[in-house]
Amino acid sequence: MEKKEKKVLVIGVIGADVHAVGNKILYHAFTEAGFEVVNLGVMVSQEEYIAAAIESDADAIVISSLYGQGELDCRGMREKCEEAGLHGIPLLVGGNIVIGKQKFEEVEPRFKAMGFDRAFPPGTAPETTIEALRELLHMDEVSGT
Amino acid sequence: MNAVLLIDFGSTYTKLTAVDLDAQQVLGTAAAYTTVQTDINEGLRKGLAELEKKTGKLEYSAKYACSSAAGGLRMVACGLVPELTSEAARLASLGAGAKVVGLYSYQLTEDDLEEITRTAPDIFLLSGGTDGGNTANILHNARMLATLPPTFPIIVAGNRTAARECGRILEGHEVYLCENVMPKFGVLNIEPTQKQIREIFLKRIVEAKGLRQAAVQMSDEMMPTPSAVLKALKLLADGCEEEGGVGDLVAVDVGGATTDIYSIADGMPEKMNTVYKGLPEPYAKRTVEGDIGMRYSIRGIVEAAGVKKLSAVSGLTPERVEELVSYLSQHTDVVPNGDEELEALDQALASMAVQTAVARHAGTMEETYTMMGLTYVQSGKNLMHVKKIVVTGGSLIHTKKTEKIAEYGMYSAEQPASLRPRAADVWVDRSYILAAMGLLSSHDPLCALHIMKKELEKHGHSEQENS
Repeated sequence: MEKKEKKVLVIGVIGADVHAVGNKILYHAFTEAGFEVVNLGVMVSQEEYIAAAIESDADAIVISSLYGQGELDCRGMREKCEEAGLHGIPLLVGGNIVIGKQKFEEVEPRFKAMGFDRAFPPGTAPETTIEALRELLHMDEVSGT
Repeated sequence: MNAVLLIDFGSTYTKLTAVDLDAQQVLGTAAAYTTVQTDINEGLRKGLAELEKKTGKLEYSAKYACSSAAGGLRMVACGLVPELTSEAARLASLGAGAKVVGLYSYQLTEDDLEEITRTAPDIFLLSGGTDGGNTANILHNARMLATLPPTFPIIVAGNRTAARECGRILEGHEVYLCENVMPKFGVLNIEPTQKQIREIFLKRIVEAKGLRQAAVQMSDEMMPTPSAVLKALKLLADGCEEEGGVGDLVAVDVGGATTDIYSIADGMPEKMNTVYKGLPEPYAKRTVEGDIGMRYSIRGIVEAAGVKKLSAVSGLTPERVEELVSYLSQHTDVVPNGDEELEALDQALASMAVQTAVARHAGTMEETYTMMGLTYVQSGKNLMHVKKIVVTGGSLIHTKKTEKIAEYGMYSAEQPASLRPRAADVWVDRSYILAAMGLLSSHDPLCALHIMKKELEKHGHSEQENS
C-alpha cells in the first residue's frame, strides 16, 4: 500500500473551552513543520477527536486545554481510544491543564497515569511539542524502516 | 402555443402536466395508475387520454419524464465513522434522489452481508476514510462485498489511496470509482458521486424497472423524481439568470409511506459566539423519513409523537386514536371524505409528521456556559431565518387547515433547540407540479420559475410565539 507522505495530527481545544488563539498558532506551527493537521477548533469532545483520528488514520492526537478543566475533560480518553481501535496512538496534552498554580512535576505524572504520552506546562513553545512529536513518531530515524 | 409534456412515473400514480412554454402556464394536469408490472405505457396512455379531456388534443414539442416507480432508486451506503463518512455517503445518496434502504459503518460483518443480499439495493455506495486517511476499513469492506454475487453496481467513493485497490478486489462486479465523499475532515464532496448515481440510474435502473419502453419516447434522459423536485426547489429559491428567486426555503412532502423534507439554505452559524459542530451540510439538502407517513408508516408517527399528543391535537380520546390508527394501518386507501373524526385524526397525524420530519432535518442549537460566558453550539442547519415553507401531499392539500398543520414545521417554544423557521409564509403545491417544474427547469428555467411563482398558492403566514 502507498505510504503516507505526511504524518497526520488531530488537534483541538477540549471541553467547554473557547480559547481559539493558541489553537490557530498550533495549527500553523504544526503545518509549517510538515505535518498534515486536522484541526477540530474549539469545544471538542473526546468522541470528536477519536472520530477524526479514525477517518484520517491519524498518527497522534494533540489536545489543548486552557481553562483549568483539562484534567476532568481528559479522563478516560486513552480508554476510549483503545476501545475505538486506536491502539497506542500517541496522546499529547498542553496548556493550562489544571486548576490554580500547581507544581508541574506533580501534574505531569497524573496525566501520564491517564495514558498521555506527553503533558506540557503553560507557556510551552510549539517547537517543544514538535520535537516531542518527532520523537514519538520516530521521524528522525532513517526513512524506510 | 408550444406545448411540452412532463411526466412523473410515481409508485402509485403516473402524473402528467402539460405546459405551454409560450404563455408560461400550465395547460392541465392528469393522473392514472402506474403500470410498471405490465407495460409502463399503458398507464401513460390512460393518463394522456385523461389529460386530453381537459386540454383538447395537443402536439407536444417535447416530453420529459422522471420516475420513482417500482420502489424508486434504492441504495445502501456504507462508510467508516457513523457521523462522518457514513453520514456523507447518506447525504450524497439522498441528494441524488435515492431512498437509503441500508446504512452501515465500520467493518461490514457476515450478518450485514446477509442483510444487504436480502435488501437487494439498486446501487451500493462504498466510502470510508479521508484522502490519505484510513484505508484498512474500506479495503476490508471491499473484500467482504467481493464475496457476494455481482448483482448490483458498486460506487467506490472513499479514501483515494485505496480506490484502485478496491476496484481490483471487486473485479467481476460493476464498479465505478469516484472522488471521495469526504476528502478532508469536515469537507463534503458529494456532487461527483451524485453525478455517478444519476448515470447509473439512466444506464441500468431505467432498464431494470421496466421504464425503457417509456424512456425511448422522451426527448431527454429520465431522472429520479426526488432529484427533479430538489432541482425545482433550488430554482424557486435561487432564480435563474433572467430573474431572481424567492430566497431560502423549506419544503415538506408528507406521503403515505414516507415524508420528504428539503431545505435550500446555507444554514451556517449567523453569530460570532456560535461554534459549529459536525459535518457541514449541503446547501440543497434532502432527507427522507422512512418511518413517517400517513398510512403505511402511520405507526412511526404514533411512536414519534405519542398517542397522548395525537389525542390532544385531534381532540379525540386516546382510545379512539388507537382504534382509528389500527384501522388506517390496515386500510391504507381510506381518506377522511367528510368523516369528522378521521379528518381530525388525519390533521393531527399530518401535524406530527411535519413536526417530526422537519425537526429531524433541521439543526440544533445548544447553550453552553464557558469561562468566556454563554456560548452556542450548533450542529446541522440553522433554518430559523427561512421565510418560505412549501408543502405538498394529500393530507396537506385536501384540508382547510393547511396552514395550521404547516405551523408544526416551525420553531416552537416546546423544542427551543430545534432550528426551524421562526416565521414563514406557507405555500401549497396543490397540483403536484414540483417534479414537473424540475424537469422543465433543465430546458426552460425562466418558464418553470414563472409557473411555480404563479401556481404555488400562498396559504397564509405563520408566526410562532417567540419565547
